[in-house]
Amino acid sequence: MTNNIIIQTKNLTKRFPMGKGEFTALKNINLGVGTGEFAGLIGPSGSGKTTLLNIVGSLDTPSEGEAIVLNQSIGKLTAKAAARLRKESIGFIFQSYNLLAVHTVYENVEFPLLLLDYSGSERKKMVLDALDWVGLTDKVKQKPPQLSGGECQRVAIARAMVKKPSLVVADEPTANLDAANSHHILKTMVKLNEELQTTFLFATHDEKVIGYLKRKIFLKDGMVDNDVTVKNPKS
Amino acid sequence: MILAIKLAFKNLIGAGLRTWLNVIVLSFSFVLIIAARGILVGWDRQAKNDMTDWEIGAGQYWNEAYDPYDAFTLNEAHAPIPDVFADEISSGEMVPVLITQGTIYPEGRMQSIQIKGIPPEQTLLELPTSKLDTATGATPAIIGSSMARNNKLEVGDYVTIRWRDVNGTFDATDIYIAAVFTTNVPTVDAAQVWIPMDELQTMTLMPGEATTLTFGDGDRERSDVPGWTLKTYQALVQDIEDMIKTKSVGQSIFYTILMLLALLAIFDTQVLSIFRRQKEIGTYVALGYTRREVVGLFTIEGAMHAILAALVGAVYGIPFLIWFAKNGITLGVDSSDFGITMSDTMYPVYSVTLVIGTTLIVLLATTVVSYWPSRKIAKMNPTEALRGKLQ
Repeated sequence: MTNNIIIQTKNLTKRFPMGKGEFTALKNINLGVGTGEFAGLIGPSGSGKTTLLNIVGSLDTPSEGEAIVLNQSIGKLTAKAAARLRKESIGFIFQSYNLLAVHTVYENVEFPLLLLDYSGSERKKMVLDALDWVGLTDKVKQKPPQLSGGECQRVAIARAMVKKPSLVVADEPTANLDAANSHHILKTMVKLNEELQTTFLFATHDEKVIGYLKRKIFLKDGMVDNDVTVKNPKS
Repeated sequence: MILAIKLAFKNLIGAGLRTWLNVIVLSFSFVLIIAARGILVGWDRQAKNDMTDWEIGAGQYWNEAYDPYDAFTLNEAHAPIPDVFADEISSGEMVPVLITQGTIYPEGRMQSIQIKGIPPEQTLLELPTSKLDTATGATPAIIGSSMARNNKLEVGDYVTIRWRDVNGTFDATDIYIAAVFTTNVPTVDAAQVWIPMDELQTMTLMPGEATTLTFGDGDRERSDVPGWTLKTYQALVQDIEDMIKTKSVGQSIFYTILMLLALLAIFDTQVLSIFRRQKEIGTYVALGYTRREVVGLFTIEGAMHAILAALVGAVYGIPFLIWFAKNGITLGVDSSDFGITMSDTMYPVYSVTLVIGTTLIVLLATTVVSYWPSRKIAKMNPTEALRGKLQ
């Protein structure tokens, strides 16, 4: 396990200013997530799962302790280095998709590759592959407002996966979807996790998602309450 | 950078009507600024051309006592024409003018005038001096249309003038209005009476003397001659340049107001964008942009309004500006009353410098007002932005 750990937190604490005082969102989190895991941070609202996900995604920094992601200490990264880490190695999937509305499906998925300076032909192949994974090759010219919620989230998955990142962080990815779409999305992610060995880390309290997780990390009041590995999750 | 430009362009076009409203307003500024500045450039050019043709040629020598802004200097401002200029005068390349103070008595009234003596055979200046070469019972004279109108004089009229000779003795005679000319140069028209040079020399007892010497060859190496000061072309048009500069400053206030209105719309759009597009800003950061790069993206997006405005402005502006250059603008007032060289119809002149300069100014101003609100992005928390929470 020590060789393929890609997320490691040591006494990770995060505090936010609140009024005249501070609110502690995470308290002494010690966690390790290995390559290829399909893990989820589970807990009610305010348990700290999104905060932890943001730190792991290098969008935020710890107040105390350390978060090492892909051998880089998040708290010590410059803004530029953190941006490079996100650009090269981390894919994001959000609850409300966060697609660029004026761009087509193709352009949305192509965007991370443009930041990585791939050639035109490479980009085309990679985008079409990614859209093929999520079954949206027939929607390349459409724009997000023309798509259903499930389709939008599949575009978001394609965008997160197109550069074949080492880590994908997904914050409540099914919260805006109905059951059928949720299962479709989750199955897609399980398939990609297995085929590409990409590590998935979710933040969720959705039972549908929880059913697919191979590892469940329960958070309560900013602390790890339980950490369970599941032998036979849904697939 | 190319990606940011492509992205900014896409976002801008994607914003639809809001973008086009801003672009159209900004394009008005473009076209109006170019048109208004073109008028000033055209005026400058036309004024200098008219002054060259009617009054100053390629430059002048002034008697060292001569000050056109001080009439009292005229008593002393005359001297024999230096021999060094004899060849130029005889070849018609130099025109001597003798100036003296006088009074005219049209219809029983009186008005102070300058009586100017000029060789009738000269062709260097556009003054119709050939009309002075006429045999009448009185001294032939030509006057400008403003002078004619103000004194109710017409061609064929006789009118009395009075002057003092070199000894200070008053004398008077009748002049015959041989021609009335129209010019945009008030300094050869208002309160000026032009008569033959030799007659004025005789009247004032100043044979062979002059006050100014106007030359046509500007390329010749020249320097001051004892008793005479060289006035270069540049020195002689300095007044008109200074005045146009003053006008230009006044016009800048008009541009500034025009630009401010357009820029206000862009500023407003930028501020709104930053509030409305927080999720998008967060998404750019999540996908690998630094906050500074997002600031750059939004700034480019705002600045691109100016580029689109230049293109849109070109579509309707080029035909309009061409039409305007052909037809000019008629002021509808008699410009001779202003005392400045200005034609009744002014034709704008557009230069490449003017168009490029205006484009750069508008682009720079748009970039500044786009950058200003965009700086807020640099202070945004990306995790809050991703959730679309107002910051």
